[in-house]
Order: sequence, then structure tokens, then C-alpha cells
Amino acid sequence: MLNPSFCDQIKELVGSSNVYTDSVSLLSYSYDATPNYQSMPQIIVEPGNTEEVSGIVKLCSEYEIPIVPRGSGTNLCAGTIPVDGGLVMLFNRMAGILEMDEENLTATVQPGVITQTLIEEAERKSLFYPPDPGSMKISTIGGNINECSGGLRGMKYGVTKDYVLGLTAVLPNGDIVKTGGKLTKDVAGYDLTKLLIGSEGTLAIVTEAILKLVPKPESKKTMLALFENIENAAQTVSDIIAARIIPATLEFLDQGTLQAVEDFAQIGLPTNVEAVLLIEQDGSPDAVVSDIRKIEALCRENGAFSVEVASTDQEAAQLMTARRAALTALSRLKPTTILEDATVPRSKVAEMVRFVNETARKFNLQICTFGHAGDGNLHPTCLTDARDMEELERVEQAFEEIFAKAVDLGGTITGEHGVGMMKAPYLSWKIGEEGVNIMKSIKAAFDPKNILNPGKMFGKSTRKRVVIRS
Amino acid sequence: MTTPTTLQKQFKERMDYDELMNCTRCGFCQPTCPTFIETDRKESSSPRGRIALMKAVVDGVIEPDEGFERELSLCLGCRACETACPSGVKYGQLLEDARAIVAEHKKVPFFKRIFSNLLLHTLIPNRRLLRVAVLLLWVYQRSGLQAGLRKLKVLKWISPSLFEMEGSLPAAPSPFSRLKNSSAESSVSFFRGCIMDALFVETNQNTIDLIAAGNEEIGIPVGQTCCGALHAHAGDQKKAIELAKQNICAFETGDHEVIATNAGGCGAFLAEYPHLLKDEPEWAKRAVQFSRKIKDVSSLLNEHDQIDGFEASPQLVTYQDSCHLKHGMNVFSKPRQLLKSVKGVEFVELDNAGMCCGSAGIYNLIEQEMSMQILDHKMEDVKRTNAAVIVTSNPGCLLQMRLGIQRAGLEDKLKAVHIVDFLHEAQTK
Repeated sequence: MLNPSFCDQIKELVGSSNVYTDSVSLLSYSYDATPNYQSMPQIIVEPGNTEEVSGIVKLCSEYEIPIVPRGSGTNLCAGTIPVDGGLVMLFNRMAGILEMDEENLTATVQPGVITQTLIEEAERKSLFYPPDPGSMKISTIGGNINECSGGLRGMKYGVTKDYVLGLTAVLPNGDIVKTGGKLTKDVAGYDLTKLLIGSEGTLAIVTEAILKLVPKPESKKTMLALFENIENAAQTVSDIIAARIIPATLEFLDQGTLQAVEDFAQIGLPTNVEAVLLIEQDGSPDAVVSDIRKIEALCRENGAFSVEVASTDQEAAQLMTARRAALTALSRLKPTTILEDATVPRSKVAEMVRFVNETARKFNLQICTFGHAGDGNLHPTCLTDARDMEELERVEQAFEEIFAKAVDLGGTITGEHGVGMMKAPYLSWKIGEEGVNIMKSIKAAFDPKNILNPGKMFGKSTRKRVVIRS
Repeated sequence: MTTPTTLQKQFKERMDYDELMNCTRCGFCQPTCPTFIETDRKESSSPRGRIALMKAVVDGVIEPDEGFERELSLCLGCRACETACPSGVKYGQLLEDARAIVAEHKKVPFFKRIFSNLLLHTLIPNRRLLRVAVLLLWVYQRSGLQAGLRKLKVLKWISPSLFEMEGSLPAAPSPFSRLKNSSAESSVSFFRGCIMDALFVETNQNTIDLIAAGNEEIGIPVGQTCCGALHAHAGDQKKAIELAKQNICAFETGDHEVIATNAGGCGAFLAEYPHLLKDEPEWAKRAVQFSRKIKDVSSLLNEHDQIDGFEASPQLVTYQDSCHLKHGMNVFSKPRQLLKSVKGVEFVELDNAGMCCGSAGIYNLIEQEMSMQILDHKMEDVKRTNAAVIVTSNPGCLLQMRLGIQRAGLEDKLKAVHIVDFLHEAQTK
């Protein structure tokens, strides 16, 4: 039970119409897009500005009540599950684009802005905000910053952290801190901006962000290459990069994924091939045409039996939209889809895909793989049923081996989804005990009472590293 | 009164748990949901939220309290979320099942119960009574009573919203106009509907004329009745099933290949009879055969080479999708193709045309505030098109658009027309 005096003070602070404690509201913020995680919060609060956020945090600190900042709850690491109950903070009232600065090429936004809204607003001014998580239609910038979201354009343009210049954030004691600014160069002290990005709401609450924009590419072309086997597709990825071409998007889909996506989108994707590469290049028209021609030749050299360039913008958009739906489309096949985020250096994509398939066979599981081949960020996705406890155990074992393999290949346990609760047991596999220790001391320095998104990033238990025989 | 635990038990027993599990909670449905948008992104007022709530009731995590019922009621059932859902969750069916369970357990106030029984059980499924009601409306409109009452603003005094709705009622057809009977031995049979049949006789007749002009024999099987959509959406599944059976029987006579519909709401519901009758083995197969024949008039007209035969005076025309036609029957390009084919017409696409107008069966009566909020935002989009005509494909949408025009004060500049009437006029010119 929450202290009634705490509730009264919160209501006084933000107005009682912005505070919810009814069971319907509490239930509605007890989950995010991660399968199998759910936990009830005790109170939902929608602040209207940075000062109100600060006031709420001060109160929570005083009463030692956990706070979970939450965007649209589309994350896949159980990052916004209120595992210790407490307060869920929403940013629907802080969803403005405060400024588009066309001289400095920056946008100043509040955390509740929908990613796509910002992208469209920038494009209206012939500017470009490249980070484009698969969920951009609904995800918020605040959520993107907290999870350091990636997306389909990561290969050429990088991810969210490459576009955040400055932040206003509320620390766990209620202090308001401003980091960075509309600056390209700024080396005053530790880089708190970068530290907060991807900190998954465990260090501070972002209440404003200055984002970098770039000029909108003049043109783009999208193409689809079909391969009879996965190795050839993966080899093509390596060859494209070796030829010093960096496409804006270089996506990989296996047969299982293709079937599911086509079932949803019905745009005539091939379903009889083992792998597909979806490639997009942007830039000046001449450069795009020349790159696409070279890529096409490389695809054919590697045995692609069909390479098609989208003839209209609409066709291209359809292909990209279909790809964004891949994860959820896969869930048509089985009740539960567990999507993972194993990432390897891009030269190792073929080896990793092969290993995933072997592991699926070994544990008698259905695992489809798609992902951002260009940046080595793969999404092996297991189709299962959360009610089948015996199978779930095998799923867990399989993913342990997949993570271990990714780390062995010089990769990581998560490329863009974050650690949250999902990957917490595996964090030390990637950064070692020493890494975990320094991160824990950073957390303690920021948040000695452990009220900001507790239970995330650092698991109660750490998994023992399994030995993988290659 | 039943205790919440009984209600909870019913949810556990009757909800399709596999379908609830199919929601991956990705949130892709949310940007398409009118109530999610109008509530400034309230999770519980979104499809993902409502599915989570239903599942939580089944799992016993929350009780099906008033707040829960509120969120079920606030849903328009427009099913835009289904089109957007990559996992293919059948949200509409989940909603209908949940509403049915709640409605059966709810102690409805005496007068409300009498009223809804009168409307849903007595009037709507009964062609003759419905004609009497329309006759009364005709008398009311023609006798000068309407003009008198309007002058006195009596209704405004009783209820401002009723006053507004009354003003947007269409002129009742003359009691002498009736659908011409035609042969049952035909390739196409026509589903006449209840509201369409009573209040929009002319539209129904125009539909028949248009289809017949494409050299299709068209018949109107006797014994057909209301499709039952209004009942099912209000949680009265039993009555909907009864009506469905009656319709299946009526259309089993003759050997037509196609059952033509001209109301998106009816068409989509008729196509879903197999789900409605899934628990009745002796009906399931017949329901499947019946539903396979359902075809909207826009699709049917597109198949004929009538598309060159329309001409109208130069005008800017836009189109508001019927939710159930678009999201239920997957028909959205066909009506547009037809309109674009009319010589003289310049077609302008309406922003958010696929988003519900707020009519949604009897939603605009029971959730007036939300309905009008949605409608007013819709009219802002309509205004931006500068169109002189807004075409729709469903009687509810048509009435709602007329109300919207009235509320926006656009009576002089804009009119709302059913696509069939628009094409019929363009054809005879």
C-alpha cells in the first residue's frame, strides 16, 4: 500500500486528473512488449514539465518509492516492467517538438514525442533524423534515448546515441541537470550525455533532448535480392562492405520470416527462397545509381537468382514497412515469440546464422532469423508457446548457447534492445565482472537509494558461462 | 446480482485464450486506434490495452470492475487495429465475446432494458414494424410537426444532443415507396438490411438498378432479416445468432453465387457468421457457405464493365471509408476506383479516411461525447479537402457525416452521399 500522504502530495503537485490508481490503469502499465513479463505498479503519474518531474522524484526519494519512466512500452528487454511496484511515469503531456533550429540543424524535443512525428516534421524541412527503430510509428524519443534504439539505418547512420547532443534530465535526488548543448564540440568533463543514453532509466529521467539533424538525402533506391542459400546471402554482405560501399540499409530475412511477413503484408514477397537481402542506398542520385549497380553485380556474383530494384517510392516503402513488421508477423505462427538480439561483427554474420540454425535443430526448436546484416545485429526469433514449460526450458538453453557464441565471435548479448531484465543475467558475459562492478558503482553514485527503475540491468543472479564446443 | 467472481469465471471459460495470447503487445495497433488518439494515448483505451485487460481478467489479475466495462464500452469496434496488426489478432471477435459476457451479467436499469429490447428485439428485426416507425417519421416530418417542434426547440430543451441528432435525420421515404420484388432465380441475390431497407429504400433500389444495369439478374430472397451486427456489438449475441440462422435459411433458396450488400457494417458481419455460429456444429458449414458469397456492391460493380458509364457535373469528391468495409471486408480501393471513373469528378483523398467517423452502430448514442469529439476532428480533415461531396458506404457513416456537416456549419458547401446514390445519379445523366 502506498502511503496516503505520498499520494496526496503527488496529486497536489501535478493535479489529481494526472494521477491514476484504479486497477484498469495500473494493469495497463504492468507490461511492455516483452513476452512473459508483467508486474503491477501502484500509481501512474503524468507530469507536465521538468519541474513537476523533479518534484515527483524528490517525493519518491523521500518515501523511497521506485520510479519507472515509460514511453510507449515497445521495448523488448522488459525495461519498463515495474518489477518492484511503485510509480510509473508517463510523458504524454510532455510530447512537444519545442524547436527546429534550421541554422544549427538541431531539434529540441520533449521525451513523449513519437519518433515518426519527429522524422516527418524534420523531412518537411528537408532535414533528416536517421534513427528509425522498427517501432518508430509508436515509440517515443524518450524511450529511444533510454534504450539507445537502433533501427534499419544503423549501418550507415549509426543509432540514437549518435544523434543526441544534449539532455535535460532529473537525477534520483530531484536535481535537474543539463548536459551538452547545440554543440558539435564539447569536452567539458565526463560525457554525461552519452552516459545517460542507453542507461535504461536507471540513472536519470530525461525531460528534454537536443537532437542532431542532417540534410535529407536527395534520393534513394531500394532493392530486393533473392538467394537460394543463406551462406551466399551472408557472403554478399561481406563483399558489399569489402567493396567499400556502405548502404543505408542492409537487411537479412530468412525463409521462415519471409513467409510470415508475406502472410501479413501480401505484397508478393518470395517465400520459396532461403534468404533475402533488402538493401537501400541513399545520397546524390548519381552515387545511388552507381552503388546500386555495383551491389546488384555483387549479388549476382554470389548466385542471387533475382535482384529487383523497386520502381516506385510506394513499392520501396512497402518493402521497408513489411520488414518493420517482421517480428510481430512471425508471431502468427506460434502464440509466443521470443526475439533475441545477438550481435556479431558483420564479417561473422554467416557463421552466426549457421550456428543459430544448428542450435535450433539441436534443441528441436523453430528459430527464424532476420535482422540488420549490415551491422551484424541479428534477431534470432524463437516461435514457442509460453504455456509449454518443457519447451521454454529448451528455448532458454538454446539462447544461452547463442549468446555465448555471439560473445565468442567478438559480438554482444544485445545490439539495440537493451539489457533490462531479459539480459541482466548475461551482462557479465559481455563486459566481465569488472565491467559490471564499475557500472554498479556508477549506479550507486547516481542513485544511492536505488529508486530509479530498480531490478534492471543488474540481475539478482548471473548465469554461469556455458562452454561452447565449436 | 452476480458477484464479480462469477463474471470472472465466465471470462475464463468463454474467452478464446489462444487469441488473447496472440497479441505480442508490440503496440503497432495503437496509432490506428481513434480512442487511443482522442484520449491522448491512454494505454487502457487502446486495442493492446483492452486485450491486456481481457487477459488479466481471465488470468484473475484484475476484477472485471466498472473501469474495465468502461474501456470495453468506449471501443468503437472499428477494427482498424486488425488491419494494422502484424500478428493477425482477431480483436473484433475478442471484443464481441467480452461484451457478450459482460452484458449477460449486467443488471440493466428497467427503462433502459425495455428500450433496448423494444429497439433490438422488436423493432429492428421486424420489417413491418420498422415500416410503421418510418411512416410515423414521415408523418412527423411532413405534417409540419417537425418544423413546429424545431421552432420551439422543444428537443433542445429536453436534450441538446437529441436536438442535434434529430436535425440530421434523413427525410423519411414516402410510405408508398417499396423495393420492387424480383425473381429468386438469379445469379446475384440482394441483402436488403433493416435500417437500409426502412430509411434508405431509394438507395436499396438504386443498388438493384446498378447491379441489374451490369446485366446481372438480381433477386431479393424472402424471409431475410437484420444481419444482427447491432445486437452483437451491444453484447446481445443470442439474438444475433437467431437472426443469423434466419438469414442463412433465407439465402439457401435459389442458386445464386453472390450475395450483394451495400452497407459495410452488415457485409462484414454477414461474412463473420462462421465465427458467430462456431459452437453450433449443424450450422457451421452452412454459415461458411453463406459467408463466402458476401460481396460489397463496390466490388461487384468493379467487376462489370460499367466503370466507363458514369458522368457527373465537374466537382471535387472525397471518400470516407466504412470501417467494417475496409477493415472487416478488406474493400478500400474499389470504391475509390469507381469514384475516379466518373467523368467530371475530381477525386481528392481524405486524410485519415480509414479512421472511424465515430458513428459505429449505436456508439454515437451511447458514447456521445467521444463520438462527437472524433467526428469534429474528422470534419477538420474533411474541410481541408475542399470537397463538395463526401461519399460513404454505410448508412451509419452517412448519417454521422451529415451530422458532422451540420455541426461544422458546412451545409451550403458540402453534402454527404452514399456511393450507390452517387453512382446512380452519375449513370442516369
